[in-house]
Amino acid sequence: MHKITRKRVLAPKITRFSVEAPEVARARKPGQFVVIRADETSERVPLTIVDSDLEKGTIDLIIQDAGFSTHVLSGYEEGDELTDVLGPLGKPTHMDNFGTVVCVGGGVGTAVLYPIVKGLKEAGNTVITINGARNKELLILEEELGAVSDELIITTDDGSYGIKGFGSTVLQGLIDEGKKIDFVVAIGPTMMMKAVAEVTRPYEIPTIASLNAIMIDGTGMCGGCRVTVGDEVKFACVDGPEFDAHLVDFDEQIAKHHYYDTEQACQMEKIIADAEQERS
Amino acid sequence: MAEEKRSRPPRKKKERIPRQEMPVRSPEERNRDFNEVTLGFSEELALTEAKRCLQCPTHPCVDGCPVSVDIPGFIHLVTEGDFIGAAQKIKETNLLPAVCGRVCPQEEQCEQVCVVGKIDQPVAIGRLERFVADYEREHGKVSLPEIAPKSGKKVAVIGSGPASITVSYELLQAGHQVTIYEALHELGGVLVYGIPEFRLPKSIVASEIDTIKKLGAEIKLNMLIGKTRTIDQLMEEDGFDAVFIGTGAGLPVFLNLPGENLNGISSANEFLTRVNLMKAYREEYVTPVKVGKKVAVIGAGNVAMDSARSAKRVGGDGTEVSIIYRRARDQMPAREEEIHHAEEEGIIFNLLTNPVRFIGDEKNNVTQVECIKMELGEPDDSGRRRPIPIEGSEHIIEADTVIVALGTRPRKFIAETTPDLKTSKWGTFLADEETGQTSKQGVFAGGDIVTGSATVIKAMGAGRVAAKAINEYLAG
Ligand SMILES: Cc1cc2nc3c(=O)[nH]c(=O)nc-3n(C[C@H](O)[C@H](O)[C@H](O)COP(=O)(O)OP(=O)(O)OC[C@H]3O[C@@H](n4cnc5c(N)ncnc54)[C@H](O)[C@@H]3O)c2cc1C
Ligand code: SF4
Ligand code: FES
Repeated sequence: MHKITRKRVLAPKITRFSVEAPEVARARKPGQFVVIRADETSERVPLTIVDSDLEKGTIDLIIQDAGFSTHVLSGYEEGDELTDVLGPLGKPTHMDNFGTVVCVGGGVGTAVLYPIVKGLKEAGNTVITINGARNKELLILEEELGAVSDELIITTDDGSYGIKGFGSTVLQGLIDEGKKIDFVVAIGPTMMMKAVAEVTRPYEIPTIASLNAIMIDGTGMCGGCRVTVGDEVKFACVDGPEFDAHLVDFDEQIAKHHYYDTEQACQMEKIIADAEQERS
Repeated sequence: MAEEKRSRPPRKKKERIPRQEMPVRSPEERNRDFNEVTLGFSEELALTEAKRCLQCPTHPCVDGCPVSVDIPGFIHLVTEGDFIGAAQKIKETNLLPAVCGRVCPQEEQCEQVCVVGKIDQPVAIGRLERFVADYEREHGKVSLPEIAPKSGKKVAVIGSGPASITVSYELLQAGHQVTIYEALHELGGVLVYGIPEFRLPKSIVASEIDTIKKLGAEIKLNMLIGKTRTIDQLMEEDGFDAVFIGTGAGLPVFLNLPGENLNGISSANEFLTRVNLMKAYREEYVTPVKVGKKVAVIGAGNVAMDSARSAKRVGGDGTEVSIIYRRARDQMPAREEEIHHAEEEGIIFNLLTNPVRFIGDEKNNVTQVECIKMELGEPDDSGRRRPIPIEGSEHIIEADTVIVALGTRPRKFIAETTPDLKTSKWGTFLADEETGQTSKQGVFAGGDIVTGSATVIKAMGAGRVAAKAINEYLAG
């Protein structure tokens, strides 16, 4: 059992939890994730490890209420327990001193981005972070990212805060200004990562994206997380979650995310019907 | 009839008793749920069947058994009505008789060499094994073995499939402290995530595993060794004196054909994990599983049969399930009983057929499998006639769900983080057959991680061998 020691609501539908998992806290590196199962009947859900506290033996997870399981999880309170936490999984981000790095985060992807920004900064890079959200209310980790970036640029889709527009547009702006960029990290909605990859492709700026593939076990056992990278098929949970953004087939990932739409919708209906009369 | 036979003096029982059939639920009934298909012997059937055993002094059946169960010994106890004694007799060498009685390929092992089989059908050893194990469990008579005084030695057992369960049992008995590290959230390996409920009820696996817990094993779930901890950390920092690796072969193999990454195409491991481990077929469990109207399962081993029959149950009446296999019927690797059950349940067999590519719609969902017809040529290395494509025989099989059941390989988490453990080109660990000793001192391995995908009983056999070697290693 893994107790939730702290809960903070960062924005509407975005919650940060500190969870007891001393072994994971000890082994984890930036870019890695855990697979959790809230209770016996729950799904296994992959979540990025945002941060960890070795002394307390906790890891931090950020959950966006975006479907049945994340909705239920968002309702967990301090003192509640998660039945299973498995990790750290996936390959850690390759940390190096690349020079100038632009990190583009969108929505809850910013949670995944944070430990990477922190690590890249520690590795000696000049880090420019572009933190984007749909609107001001949904923006998360502004302060934390500001503290570990050399420059922080905020964007919102509706212009309610920072620059109006998308992270990819701002990145294009930086390139157009003649800024020398050595490495780009994009983490957020698949569409956004695809857009960033298209921006950097003509300039051949090495770019990585962190995929939120559909996963079950997270240990290379099911192949449900398959992703086409160039002419190879990779398992996101083992070989990823980060891949060369110029080689990832983002359209395939987008299609995969819609495959279980009906089932998700059914489950959300269940919540709404307060688990009374269930149909599926 | 049984009564009549029993009252006769044993000497004169020349009249041949036929092999007793085990009651089975009708295909129409069992196709609608996940309850067990076969129902097991009644006491009468067991007593009658047990009488068929000749108690051969040479007992070839024992040599045919990978863990050398004293078969005539336990069958004799059955004839005396001592079912509990019979179960205990089996457990002297096989900890999981209720599992083995259900899933072992007896037709290739003990029953294949049974002397009665030379003139008639062999003694139904597997069914008797299952009967006594079920009897013992259902009557609450499962007893714990005696444990040797504490040795003060600690052993880490990685994985919790049949190989690891066997090793743990034997080491606990020898007085060692055992900690089991399992990556998933449940113990049992393939027995819980792979083999479906209707063939092996999970409550039976749980109760057999319970023995290990009662013997005092420490259980650590959600521990992926190579990620959460490494073998070296276990040995150097956590104070383990020896390690047993029984991590199985969990990495699914795909065909590498065009379109294989379309939606609706999954590995058998994914499909079966959703259904078995995550219990997707049960309303109250959240994990989804999607089965369309036309399911194609590629492959013809046990895993393929399990996938096809599970798909039929999840999909319901409107779902048509077919097997696509490139060789002929008598070359299918699945057990005859499983093939037979699949046929009864309406699974279609597209034999001598090989997929060429997968075709999808605008949503990237699979809709068709393009296949080519095959014919059998000269025998290949495996001794089976090699399938050769027939030119121009390409055709389409409609499918909105495809399950790829072509086998599995070991995963690399441990190999990648333990460089002094030698592996084969297939990724299996190199280990001495007689001892399970790997290339690293104090580290032993057995089961599918050494042999590649094999059987439950072979994994258990490897576990016994390794336990013996570990005991010797710890004593030395
Ligand atoms: C669908 C299906 C049907 C089958 N049907 C039959 C049958 O009818 N009869 C038969 O005899 N055999 C059958 N088999 C084969 C049989 O189940 C296996 O040969 C047997 O289970 C192998 O046992 P094992 O102990 O080596 O490993 P497994 O049972 O594979 O167990 C390995 C365990 O190790 C865990 N693990 C892996 N890596 C790590 C790690 N790094 N750290 C921690 N834990 C780890 C895994 O999660 C797993 O729980 C079937 C297999 C499948 C998949
Ligand atoms: S070979 Fe057959 S008949 Fe002979 S002892 Fe074994 S089970 Fe009995
Ligand atoms: S999630 Fe199962 S293999 Fe990656």
